[in-house]
Amino acid sequence: MTEQISQVMDADDIRRALTRIAHEIIEKNRGAEKLGIVGVWRKGAPLAERLAKIISQIEGVRVPVGVLDISLYRDDYMTRQPKVGKTDIPFEVTGRTIVLVEEVIYTGRTVRSAMDALMDMGRPAAIQLAVLVDRGHRELPIRPDYVGKNLPTSRKEKVDVQLAEMQGEDRVFIVKKKDP
Amino acid sequence: MGLKRKDILGLQEMSPDEIETILETALSFKEILTRKVKKVPTLRGRSIITLFFEPSTRTRTSFEMAGKIMSADVSSIAMANSSVVKGECLKDTILTLQAMKPDLFIVRHQASGAPHFIAGMVKESVINAGDGMHEHPSQGLLDMLTIIEKKGRLDGLTVAIVGDILHSRVARSNMWGLTKMGAKVRFVGPETLIPSEAKNLPVEVYTNVEEGIKGADVVNVLRIQRERMTGGLLPSTREYSRLFGITKERLKLAKDNAIFMHPGPMNRGVEIMPDVADSDISMVTEQVTNGVAVRMAMLYHLLGGTEDAVVA
Repeated sequence: MTEQISQVMDADDIRRALTRIAHEIIEKNRGAEKLGIVGVWRKGAPLAERLAKIISQIEGVRVPVGVLDISLYRDDYMTRQPKVGKTDIPFEVTGRTIVLVEEVIYTGRTVRSAMDALMDMGRPAAIQLAVLVDRGHRELPIRPDYVGKNLPTSRKEKVDVQLAEMQGEDRVFIVKKKDP
Repeated sequence: MGLKRKDILGLQEMSPDEIETILETALSFKEILTRKVKKVPTLRGRSIITLFFEPSTRTRTSFEMAGKIMSADVSSIAMANSSVVKGECLKDTILTLQAMKPDLFIVRHQASGAPHFIAGMVKESVINAGDGMHEHPSQGLLDMLTIIEKKGRLDGLTVAIVGDILHSRVARSNMWGLTKMGAKVRFVGPETLIPSEAKNLPVEVYTNVEEGIKGADVVNVLRIQRERMTGGLLPSTREYSRLFGITKERLKLAKDNAIFMHPGPMNRGVEIMPDVADSDISMVTEQVTNGVAVRMAMLYHLLGGTEDAVVA
């Protein structure tokens, strides 16, 4: 099986998308006072950090950031055993508007797990969802509030988000598997 | 990545990778214990039976809490109240319980090898919660987790295990686990309480406590198991205390930042002096907390995931 790889976002695209999302978050929530940004482990974590930083620069308030591992809440534990990541939410969730951050939304099952995990930490005033890429194919009634890029894909394709913090460079690829 | 095994019966047969997987998972599970809602849904619908043929509070409670935090259903059977007292043999007890369709057995038994016997007869997972003088893998793992947390590593450390080595499954599990992970292990105790096979094990034996503790990074003190002593091994507990009891003075021989551990229950004034037990370097309560996290990780890895086919 061979793979065909095409780049769909570069570092500038990602930076602009995150800047726009940051503005949208502030606009929708009329400021950033009661916000908390929570990245879904693993690639959501650096994106959450970046969003919080941009929001802080725009609004001049420090927005708390956390990271959430959802492996214990997945609905496919019985078929596969995910490697457990880390959860660290250093602020009170109750009463805050939590913006969940994920790199790609696909079936929506990860977000469902993340909401369950978050509810176990307290009772947020609201949960909103920000994603860098929406690739479609939802299996649950879940829709992101903030989208960096809508990317129509087929189920055979894979979306590969690379981030400077982890892979050294900001890029998004579509990987197409082709039968020989 | 999951463990490719059905049972956890001892650390002797586990690979360093498997041990590391459990410890890493346990480390990330500790956070759950600090939450207000100490419950995750991962093991919902799975049932666990704890089967203790010997008295235990901390190990059984710790396994029960671990299972419940992971949302498993845990039933505990204390043998004193069971049909074993009516003469039922181990095999029939297991067959009866198995017919109730549990997913995992946690077994403590006074006979070495009893959990292995059960593991061989059932398709469900079995965890050894201590068998005779053989192994107590969850205690070995939680001790290693405690050391890693304080020292940042196991590789290259010197761990002195002091006391009744002969009767101690904790000493054996610690030895297998620690040496696999690159630590040096010393057995320290009176000659009558050191197993004769120690010369064939990967340990250094010391019969003088001062020499045994000297330069150690970790001093792990074992309980003097009076109930297992059939006489003649020790003149008196008072003499043991004088010659081998861990005092503040003796601990000064260890490395400056050494830590003290004890699997409990402690006999204060016998193997351990109260001022050490209550000091800053005592990890005793930390060990108990880590025990819950380690047992959560063991359950997690045994009860989940079939994608990597399980080979017993």
